[in-house]
Amino acid sequence: MKAAKFEYCAPSSLEEALEVLAADPEETSLLAGGQSLVPMLNMRLARPAVLVDLNRIPELCGVERNDGTVRIGAMTRQHAVEVDGRAGAVPLLVEAIRHIAHLPIRTRGTVGGSIAHADPHAELPATVGVLDARLLLRSRARVRSVVAEEFFVGPLMTLREPDEILEAVEIPVPSSRSGWAFREVARTHGAFALVGVATVVTLGGDGGVEQIRLGVFGVGGLPYLPDWVGELANGAQPTEALFLEIGVRVGQGLDSRSHSAQNDVYRSEVAATLTERALREATRRALEAAEA
Amino acid sequence: MSMHQISITVNGQVVECEVEPRQHLGDVLRERLALRGTHLGCEHGVCGACTVLLDGDPVRSCLLLAVQADGAEVRTVEGLAEAGQLHPLQRAFRDHHALQCGFCTPGMLMTALYVVGQNPEIEDELEIREALSGNLCRCTGYQNIVDAVRDAAIEMRARVGGEG
Repeated sequence: MKAAKFEYCAPSSLEEALEVLAADPEETSLLAGGQSLVPMLNMRLARPAVLVDLNRIPELCGVERNDGTVRIGAMTRQHAVEVDGRAGAVPLLVEAIRHIAHLPIRTRGTVGGSIAHADPHAELPATVGVLDARLLLRSRARVRSVVAEEFFVGPLMTLREPDEILEAVEIPVPSSRSGWAFREVARTHGAFALVGVATVVTLGGDGGVEQIRLGVFGVGGLPYLPDWVGELANGAQPTEALFLEIGVRVGQGLDSRSHSAQNDVYRSEVAATLTERALREATRRALEAAEA
Repeated sequence: MSMHQISITVNGQVVECEVEPRQHLGDVLRERLALRGTHLGCEHGVCGACTVLLDGDPVRSCLLLAVQADGAEVRTVEGLAEAGQLHPLQRAFRDHHALQCGFCTPGMLMTALYVVGQNPEIEDELEIREALSGNLCRCTGYQNIVDAVRDAAIEMRARVGGEG
């Protein structure tokens, strides 16, 4: 339960960090909040030759509210986002963060770290997918922006190249005619989700559904953002029957995705129920927002 | 493997030592600085026994490399009592029988210190339970811990009020 040896450096700028990383990207790990990586080091599941600590790079921290987007530096602590008024423009994000482990984890854990780590049971990957966020990745040679939904390719696997650092997350502020919901079932308070659901429901001027974005996590190797929801829901009335149908189809869609056969049936049923409840709650919030 | 010279303020005292980067803060506190009040349980962030305050925030000392604490202020359970007088939280834990084996207690106390500091009015059982939910206790069943934190908060409020 003690980490193997590694070389350590704590650069004070992003540029310097990218330079160190470029020297040996495959054997270098990036240390963000350390709430997942350090356990892996302690258990020797991860044995990097070099550890680049990103905790002393101020330019990677902070929440900014720009025109229509909230930009969160990758090294911003989860707890800092929880209490930052600017992040309140994206309440789904704040609620998702409240579900991450416990306070003494969130004081260190970072937004970017959780996304880049891509644990299939974690809250943030699915949430940034649902929020249609863009992830800014920087290497020495280039900067690119990746749609969050496409960033995750498997358990602990993302589109980040070994020589890239996740710099920031840009989240569009949801429409004023939208409502959100976040539901999760975990074995104990603060534990990783058995199943979780995040959703944003946007209503049109006629009261019909303009868009539903839905993400389910804990049920496979990566967040499940069903693409058939749009076909089913867009233009439809947000009725109980619709919520139920989407829930049932989510449950059916999960059967082939779960990694533990024993829990398949239970997880699918929980996912179906959470989906239905989340859609109902998000729709209620959207209607309240429309009235306000 | 290179060693790193670090300087940390622990319970108000500046200490300097040389550490290997792979050593976490919990080990350095216990083994290098002989501050063995901080307990190491799971060493992967789940049990909360090793919780200390880093620049005022509760953190797992098993998940923080000591080298990362360079330049920071750390407060451990040894920094609670002043001039031989137990801190109100410590006294409340004793009075309420909020510990049995005592292994989780240092982490409980440090988390509670932060929680009461952030919310001096804290009284609600559910709120206290949620705030301490990252600290596992296998002896008490938690009820006495909740009672102790609520009572300590009252006493700490009275103290602040008395001073003002």
